[in-house]
Amino acid sequence: MKPALLISSRDNVATALEPLEAGREIEIGGQRVRVLELIPSGHKIALADIATGEPVVKYGSPIGTATGVICAGAHVHTHNVASARGRGDLSRAPVPPEAGVRLAEPADADVPVPAPAAARAGRRTS
Amino acid sequence: MTERAGFWGYRRPDGRVGVRNHVLVVPTVICASVVCDRICEVRPADIVSLPHLAGCGQLGPDMHTTHDTLAAYCRHPNVGAVLVVALGCEQVIGEMLADAARDAGKPVEIIAIQDEGGTLRTIGRGRQMAERMAAALAGVPREWCDVTSLVLSLKCGGSDYTSGLASNPALGRVADRLVDLGGAVVLGEIAEIMGAEHLLAARASQPDVGRRLLRVIDRVEAEAMALGLDIRGTQPSPGNIRGGLTTIEEKSLGATHKGGERTPVVDVVPYAGAVTKPGLTVMDTPGLDVESVTGMVGGGAQIVVFTTGLGTPTGNPIAPVIKITGNARTAQRMGDNIDLDVSGILADTESIDGAADRLFAEVLAVASGKFAAAEVLRHREFAIHRRNPTI
Repeated sequence: MKPALLISSRDNVATALEPLEAGREIEIGGQRVRVLELIPSGHKIALADIATGEPVVKYGSPIGTATGVICAGAHVHTHNVASARGRGDLSRAPVPPEAGVRLAEPADADVPVPAPAAARAGRRTS
Repeated sequence: MTERAGFWGYRRPDGRVGVRNHVLVVPTVICASVVCDRICEVRPADIVSLPHLAGCGQLGPDMHTTHDTLAAYCRHPNVGAVLVVALGCEQVIGEMLADAARDAGKPVEIIAIQDEGGTLRTIGRGRQMAERMAAALAGVPREWCDVTSLVLSLKCGGSDYTSGLASNPALGRVADRLVDLGGAVVLGEIAEIMGAEHLLAARASQPDVGRRLLRVIDRVEAEAMALGLDIRGTQPSPGNIRGGLTTIEEKSLGATHKGGERTPVVDVVPYAGAVTKPGLTVMDTPGLDVESVTGMVGGGAQIVVFTTGLGTPTGNPIAPVIKITGNARTAQRMGDNIDLDVSGILADTESIDGAADRLFAEVLAVASGKFAAAEVLRHREFAIHRRNPTI
């Protein structure tokens, strides 16, 4: 069994398949990474330095943004990654829809659509 | 596969095919639920009820959802005969549920507690009726049926990191293969598509289907945000987070793998709405496991494949729910709940395709009558989704 699994070549994190101890060097996707802190099995390890506000990418798609600097080899989880979705606790002003991002929405009596949610831009990445 | 894949099922008068042949005892309202449970005790293996909390005190949309869900179960191909048990003064109209069963060509009876004269008389008469129906159904033979008549519900619950890496990709390949053969699959849990909708929308068979999908997701996200709360802690759940999942986007990207990699998205339907097209249909259900499974079976799914990382017991009154896990520890510790262990994918001892072969064979075996673990354990959870307060 590999110590950690990289899913897509675009990813900047990998999933530990066993507990990874600090100081251990592992090879993932052709690169060597030194483990900075204990990564529990099933949790994520950064493969490269990720700057504050940069997307964390797994499965080739963004899973959230870094809330602080994440160094290669660090544990990547709820303490340093924030979700961009469904965050009613953040009182952000609604972002106007970007042309080409949101599709036209014809009237459809079956599916009532409330006022657009805040902070949509950039969520659809392909 | 050289031969056409098929299974031994029950052909119904409306053209649909069932994988079980239950007598269904349906309470129109919560007030009739206990009486229905007591009726089923006479022959618990074949006679099943749908105990629920609704049927009265509901306004507009919730009332319709309750009626439509119960009616969908009355029409369902896994049901051979229906006994409707009313109270007598409720909002859901028993005769309309009976009509749904009749329209599908099923034998149906209806009784009301207020007409029969109380609990004991209703239980006594109901048991006689249900026993008679069960005896008649026992003689019905299974026939060889093509997989084109299968609607497979794709579900995950109690997810951990293994779900997105092993069990969901294996289920996704089964979904792709079933649709290649002309079958249908249904995916619910809109909140757990949030963050992965771009992948599904890109597979929409028509632009309108993609638009409808994005609109349902927008609505669910707006509803969550309108509460002014942080969705984290609910999505992902505390157990998901302990299991290594950080955000809803990550959970969704893993969860959406069970919808396959290439299967076209052909329809978007409301809760318990009929799945009528070959391909992948997305249903507007919440993420809560029992409400979600209840809705997808209502839509016509005869079988549910349910992937789990942490382990979960959920079943359904009329449809087998097959549990698969990619977590070796869960497969061992919750062995009585798990039908298929695909942890070899992460241990590098089995390919995803190899696991998909075994899962596809398991689906066909269960369709032909093999009991899933949830059936052996009589897990028959049933919960109708509701949005508004009871009045």
